[in-house]
Formats: sequence, C-alpha cells, structure tokens
Amino acid sequence: MLKGVIGALVPLLAAVLAFAFGATMLVALGASPLAGLDAMLDGAFGSGSRIAATAVKATPLILVGAGITIAFRTSVINIGGEGQIIAGALMSTVVALSFPDLPAVILVPLVLLSGAVGGGILGAIPGALKAYASVNEILSTIMLNLVMVQFMNFLLRGPIMDPFELEAGTRIPQTQRLSDNAALPTMIEGTRLHVGVPVAIAAAVAAYLILWRTPTGFRLRAVGHSPEAARAAGINVKRNITLAMTLSGSLGGIAGAILVFGSEGQRMVTDGSAAGFTGSAGFNGIVAALFGGLHPLWTIPSAMLFGALLTGATQLQRVLQVPAALAVALNGIIVIFVISSTPVRGWLQRSLADSGLFNRSSDSAGAD
Amino acid sequence: MGEFFTLSVLVATAASAIRLATPYLLASLGETVGQRSGVLNLGVDGVMLLSAFFSYWTVLETGNLWLAVFVGLAVGLVMGLLYGVITVFLKATQGISGIGIFIFGLGLSDLLFRRLVGTPKPVRRLPNVDIPILSDIPHLGAALFQRNLLTYLAFVLVPVTALLLTRTTFGLNIRSVGENPQAADSLGVSVERTRFVAILIGNSMAGLAGAALVLQLGIFQPNLTQGLGFIAVALVYFGAWRPIGVMGGALLYGLVNATVLHWKALGIIPVSDSDLANMAPAVLTILALIIVARRVHAPSALTKPFTRH
Amino acid sequence: MKKQWRLNPSILVMLGALALVGAACGGDDEAPASGSGEGGALRVAIVAPSASDDLAFTQSMVDSVNALERDVELSITDGTFIVEDAAAAIRGYAEDGNDVVIAHGTQFGASLMEIAPDFPDVTFVWGTASDTQGLANVFAYAPAADQGGYVNGSIAAALTKTGVIGVVGPIEAGDAVAYINGFKAGALAGGASEVNVTYTGSFGDVALAAEAAEAHLINDVDVLTGTAQMVVGAVGVAADAGVPWFGTQANQTSLAPSLVVASQVYHWEVVLEEMLALRDSGVLGGQAFEVNLANGGLVIEFNDAFELPAGVRDAAEALIEGITNGTVDTGS
Repeated sequence: MLKGVIGALVPLLAAVLAFAFGATMLVALGASPLAGLDAMLDGAFGSGSRIAATAVKATPLILVGAGITIAFRTSVINIGGEGQIIAGALMSTVVALSFPDLPAVILVPLVLLSGAVGGGILGAIPGALKAYASVNEILSTIMLNLVMVQFMNFLLRGPIMDPFELEAGTRIPQTQRLSDNAALPTMIEGTRLHVGVPVAIAAAVAAYLILWRTPTGFRLRAVGHSPEAARAAGINVKRNITLAMTLSGSLGGIAGAILVFGSEGQRMVTDGSAAGFTGSAGFNGIVAALFGGLHPLWTIPSAMLFGALLTGATQLQRVLQVPAALAVALNGIIVIFVISSTPVRGWLQRSLADSGLFNRSSDSAGAD
Repeated sequence: MGEFFTLSVLVATAASAIRLATPYLLASLGETVGQRSGVLNLGVDGVMLLSAFFSYWTVLETGNLWLAVFVGLAVGLVMGLLYGVITVFLKATQGISGIGIFIFGLGLSDLLFRRLVGTPKPVRRLPNVDIPILSDIPHLGAALFQRNLLTYLAFVLVPVTALLLTRTTFGLNIRSVGENPQAADSLGVSVERTRFVAILIGNSMAGLAGAALVLQLGIFQPNLTQGLGFIAVALVYFGAWRPIGVMGGALLYGLVNATVLHWKALGIIPVSDSDLANMAPAVLTILALIIVARRVHAPSALTKPFTRH
Repeated sequence: MKKQWRLNPSILVMLGALALVGAACGGDDEAPASGSGEGGALRVAIVAPSASDDLAFTQSMVDSVNALERDVELSITDGTFIVEDAAAAIRGYAEDGNDVVIAHGTQFGASLMEIAPDFPDVTFVWGTASDTQGLANVFAYAPAADQGGYVNGSIAAALTKTGVIGVVGPIEAGDAVAYINGFKAGALAGGASEVNVTYTGSFGDVALAAEAAEAHLINDVDVLTGTAQMVVGAVGVAADAGVPWFGTQANQTSLAPSLVVASQVYHWEVVLEEMLALRDSGVLGGQAFEVNLANGGLVIEFNDAFELPAGVRDAAEALIEGITNGTVDTGS
C-alpha cells in the first residue's frame, strides 16, 4: 500500500521538478511562477466546465493510447495515430453527409462506427504490409500520416467542401455544418462533456478485456511475446499482426469521429496540417499509453493527466501572456523527467522491499 | 511532358533532389548508427529544430557560417548527452523519451526564436562550392558538383559510416551491443559506453542536419522542419540499417519531391490535383520498399535497455 | 556503484536542461508588453493561429489593433492552430471580461457558434469570413485579396522580360486562391504570357517553398510572388537569383530589401474602427465587412529601394484608382 503510494509519488516529484524548470523560464519571461502554476491548475480543474474540457481533451488520447496498447502488446509499433484519426474523421464525415436525415439514435452510433472503419482501414494497411510484405511499420505509418494530410486537404477543398464556399468564392477548406442528428449529445448542460468521453473509456475497457480476457487477446499477446513460439503453437502470426494494427487504427478512427462530432463543432476544417485537426493526439496518445505502462486501463488516468497539462497550458498562455511555445517546451520536459524517473521509482520500490518493511513481492508489474 | 525531359530541367530537378535530400541523409545516417547500437531515437526532429535555430542565430549574430555549422553540431552533441543519459543510464523507455525530446525541441526552439529574434530575418546561405574538374562535366557537373560543403559532407559520410560500422572495432562493438548486448558484455565490451558514444554520434549528425537545413534556406521560423526528422527515422528502415540503403531512401524521397515540384511548375500536374500529387513521395517510398523488401531483421536489442544480469 | 550511476546522471540531465533553459532566457529582457489597469481602455483580445510576428496573416491583425485610434488594452494568444485550444482561449477571454474578442482564423468559426451565444455582451470579431453565421454579436471580416493581387500582377507583367511569372502558394483554398487568381488575372491583362502556380501543399514547409521557387526559375520565370508563412523560403531564393518579389498580407520588404517591389498589406483597423463605432452605438455584431482598396483596408505598399521603370508606378496608381472607382474589373 505505502509502496504503491511512493511509486505514484516519484513521477509526481519528477513533474514537480519539471515545473521548477518551468518556473525558471517564467521568471525569465517576466511572469510569476506561482501565478503560472495557478493558471495551469485553474485552467485544467478550475470549474466544472473546465474539468469537462480536460476530459474532452483527454478523450482522443485515451482512444489512441488504448489502440497503441493493443499494437505494442503485439510488438507492432504504431506511429500512425495522426493518419488514423484523420481517416476516421473523414469516413464519419462522409457518412454524416450521405445520411443526414437518419435519426440521432442511429446516426450517432453509425458515425462512430464509420470512424472505426476508416481508422481501421488505415491501420490495416501498414499491418498487412508488415505481415505480408515485410514493410517496417514505423516507416509505413509515418508515411501514411503524410498521405492522409494531403488526402484530407484534397477532400476538404474539393469533393466534400461546403458548396457555399465555392458559391461565395471564399473557398475555405471545410465541410458544411454536418447533421445535428450526428452530434454527440452533451451529458451535462453548460459544459462540453459529451458522450465521446464515456465512449472512449468504454473502448479502453474493451481493449483491456480483449487483450486479457479473450482468446484473440491471448493470441495477440503471444505474437507480441515471441512470434516464433506463437507460430510453433499454431497461431497465424501474420493475421494477428494485421488484426492488431486494424484494432489499433480503429480506436484512433473513433477518436477522429469524436473530434468532428463532439469536440470541434460539427464540421471538419483543415489548416493544411495534421496537428491543426488532431491536436497531435496521435503522438500524445503514445505518450499517454507508455505512461500508463501499456495497460489500457492505466491509459485512462494517464491521458487525463496529459489532457490537464494541455488545457492548463492554454490557460497559462492566456493569463500570463507568455508564448505558447513555453507550454510546449514544458510538456516536453515533463515527459522527459517523468520517463527518466521510472527506473528511480523502481529503485526506490526495491530499496523499500530490501529494507524489510514490506514482505509482499512486487506484483504490480504483472502486466509488463 | 516533353518539357520536363530537357537537360536544364533535369539538371535542376536533380539539384533540387540533392538539396532536399541532404538534411534527411545526415539525420538518417546518424539515426542508423544509434539504432545499430540498439537505441531508437524518435527525438531527431526536436534535435534538428534546436540545432537549426542555434545555427541560424549564430549566423544572424556573427555572420560566420562555419561557426554556425559548428554550433549546430555542438547542439546536437549536447542533446546527445541528454538523450544518452536518459536512455542508457536512466534506462528510460526509448520511444517515449524520444517523443519527449521532440516536444521539448519543438517548444524551446520556438520560444528561443520568439525571444531572441522575433520576425524572420534572412541570413547568408551556404555558398555552392564547385569541385574542380568534376564541376565542368557538362550538365552532370552542375547537378552534382556545384553544391554546398555540407551536401558533399553528407554524401562522404555514407561510405565513412559504412566503413565505421563494418570495418572498425568500434563499429563491431556497436553492432554487437545492438544485436546481443549480454554476449558483448561478457566479452568485455562496455554496452553502456558503446551505446552512449553511438548516441552522441547520431545526435551530432542530427545537429548537422538541422544546420544544413537552415543554412541552405537562410531563414528560420517556428517548426522549420515540419516533421522532417520523423521521415529521417523512417528512412533508416527503408535503408535496412545500411548507410547505402539510407542514402537510396533519402535520394528517392528528395527526387520524388523535386519532380513533383518541377512538374507543378511546368503545369504537367494541374493545380487541382496538387494535393494528390503531394502524396507521391510517401506513397512511392512505401511502394519501393514493397518491391525491394527483403527479410531484414532489425538489430535484435533495438529499444531494449541493457541491464547486466 | 550502481547507486552512483542511478543518481548522478539525473543531475546531469538537470544540468543539461538548465543550460538550455539558461540559453532560452539569457536574451534581451524586454518587459512583456501589457498596459494593464488603465481606466476606460477598451479590452481587446486576439486569438490567432500563427506567431504574432510572422510577417504574414497573424501579424497583420496585431499591427492593425495596435494602429487603432482609441485606447486599447490588448491580450494575445497566438500560435493556437489547434481549434480546440483556440476555442478554450476565446471562451476564456470572454469570461475574463474582454469587450472584443478577435478570432483571427477561418477555422475558429464552428467554435464561435457555440461560444458567442453564451456571451451576449461581448463582441466577437471573426475572419477571414464572409458571413456572421447568423450570430448577433459576431462581426465578420474578409479581404478582397484579389484586388491587391491584380495590382501586383500588373506591375509584375511590366517587369518580366521572359513573360513568365511564378507563384508559390500553400494549398488551393481560402485567401490564397483569391490573391493568386487576382494576381494571375492582373499579370495576364498586363501582358504576361504565362503565370505558373505551384501549391506546395503546406503552410509551413519552407524548404518545399524554396524548391518550388527554384523550379520556377529554371522554367524561365523572372518575377515571383507567393502567399502564406512558408514563402520566406521562396523569397530567399528570389533574392539570391536577383528576381523581383511581390508580397502579400504584411509588408515583406525586410526579407529582401532590394528586391521586394511591393506588398499588399491588410489594414484591418479600417473595418475594426467601423465595428467599434457600431458597438458604441449598441450594435454588437451581425454584419460582415470587407477590406479593399476602396476603403483603405488594403494598401499596396511600394518599396522605394526598388526602382521601378518610368511610368510603371503611375500605371499602378491609376489601376488602384480604377479598381477603387469600379472601372477596372479584377475578374473575380
């Protein structure tokens, strides 16, 4: 028990150290560090609606993170979150454009499902390429991210552009406002907390159940543990690699649909870059998953923390009028510090165990 | 289409391709050395951004291009020290700490630029240096042998890196700690020291890549690299961890980009199709790899921190 | 032994980071600009996607607000290209009691639909956009970028010897299309034989923009223009090749002091003043504005260091006059 508390405290200490650096920077920029910390906390947790905003911000991170977990557990490194989010968003947008009049009770699940299909396709491609054509997945996912950005730009300024934009000559690369029937219902009036949040949590739980409570998950993990042994046991390694990437991509795809129909105001618009739409959730989701020890359930609080960091940073910039880049640099430092502290945490835990204060052997690492 | 196959356009396309390929090549070669020792560095882009900024700032303040190249290299080295300590000695997970380095470099280079420079100001660019005799070869000379010194350096580093990895004791050590660190350790090779030095080499080259990028352009702005460092990491896989293969990947990627731009300028690619054409470099890289794909195995210990048992 | 390795390196990490932080902060210490607490000042906030000194889109708005006649207390959140973060900032500024919140990015429109109705006393200013989405407290603004493009294009036609002019653009959308199409029409009307347009596919890729300019140069282009933040790369290529450059969005003369001929500069303050006057009279929004040559919101700023051939400047001024009084059609 106490051991667990200390285990949790050490990364926290690392975060505190990171904030110390942030404080130094703030002083140099002529702002008060205390006011900075206050602004970040206030921005992330200051009111009910801000907590809701933090949860909304964390939603795509939870989904991408859970997806990353499935891929990494199968020893497939999925860096294609950005592209998979965009693919899911585009697919769900096209569906909402095609069937705007379906009742919400059908359309909402349908857009989420089509998001999963879009992301799943974009995950299946590098998965199959790895399994059947020996194309390294890090390469193909990075390349497919670039492809999807251009494809998004192509669609949004062409085939699915708001007809009004062409008519008015403004030619803003965005869709028309999508059907209200597809909008993810808000759960608490006056906040941005929408149904996407529980959907993401449910998806993470599902990822956990699939990985550890089903034969499919057993096969995936067997492949991840040792492809040779899995093959010897009669497991189809290639099919499972493809499956892992498909599942992983489909979770990212759901995140894309949630961004369009929950978080970003019911229409898809591009500023020409991937991050402009995804908010870099495809990368931040990897960080969240790894912080969570590649465990889908731990990914949830880890994504929430990261979401708090991101929403807090927006507030920091606004209240203290410091460049956004400061918050970005700060996030990088926090990641570096916390990740560097993991072995320190392990060392502390071991030291405590050695000291004889605890006789229970460490079983928290069972999932690793 | 006929207009494209004129000598002057082909020469210009080749020159564009080489200019575009130079930063990729430098960064990929460095990443290759690191990965052969068993260390994945996803932070290349962040290192490049920081070194690009400091190189740019050096030229802006001193006007000295060679000092700027040196500064770029030094920033890479410092980031290498940081990354080496984190991954080799603190044994942090490599994927995530690399992303941490990337985010840190992205933010800090932006912040420094805003604080120290503000509005983009042009600086001198690296001059082209003609190689005697070779540069006089008709057409080919103009494309290949009238480039800047960092470009020559990048291509010279291809055989140098290859020889380092295959023909030197240190190279043998790098490969052995990347394949089987336990065995290397039992033979008395210091896994930690070898990896640390490999990381320093890799990051220094990423630093050079950042300097090459910014000094070819003569200007800096936030997020100058636009994810170039990630593509450089991808090209290591394209090249199957061999310097010559990495060079092939960098040249292919640069050439497709250059060709697309020249075809756009000539109107061969209509404006309305330009986004689709922009997919070509990434798509062709994947396709090329499908065609030439061999069963290559990554260094066995890649991403695995070493702990002596 | 083991212990040492575990603990010392973390100190090294800190030292390394400290060194970098020190470098970050060692620069000249200008006090952050904020004129807080002046009684009666109008509180204005800008939320914008790129850096406030980008020599392009965002800078044009910051300069414009600073050029307003009245006493303004300005807050800026820049670099927020992520829509969700921008939405949080817009809402935050409204909650903080700002009088006017400027959402300087087309992509922020959908967020305004949600935020604006919650703050009926705040005026939201949104652009570039041609309508207010039916919101009573939103003013919209857009530039007639084709007009300045047309003028730039006609001057370019007078300068080209080969008759071929090159354009470097980001993606074929929004203001970029308006400027480039206007430029093309002006150049062709002015006698250029060909205007080649390259959209690089990115607003930020400086290297691609530079190579796009190189590709134009080999194809007989001897005058260049371009739009969006990444053109700084193309301007560098133009400067090295001694090729004249035409700027847009902000005055780009500093990028190539001897070769920038003219820049189309957005002076949003012209329409901002109108909006503020309406606000004073109790109208908080509901109208769309356009900056153009006629209302002085678009200005062609010539670079006096670039010597135009005799008569070209006069012809350009006459063209501006013609566009202003409607006798010249820019073809849009």
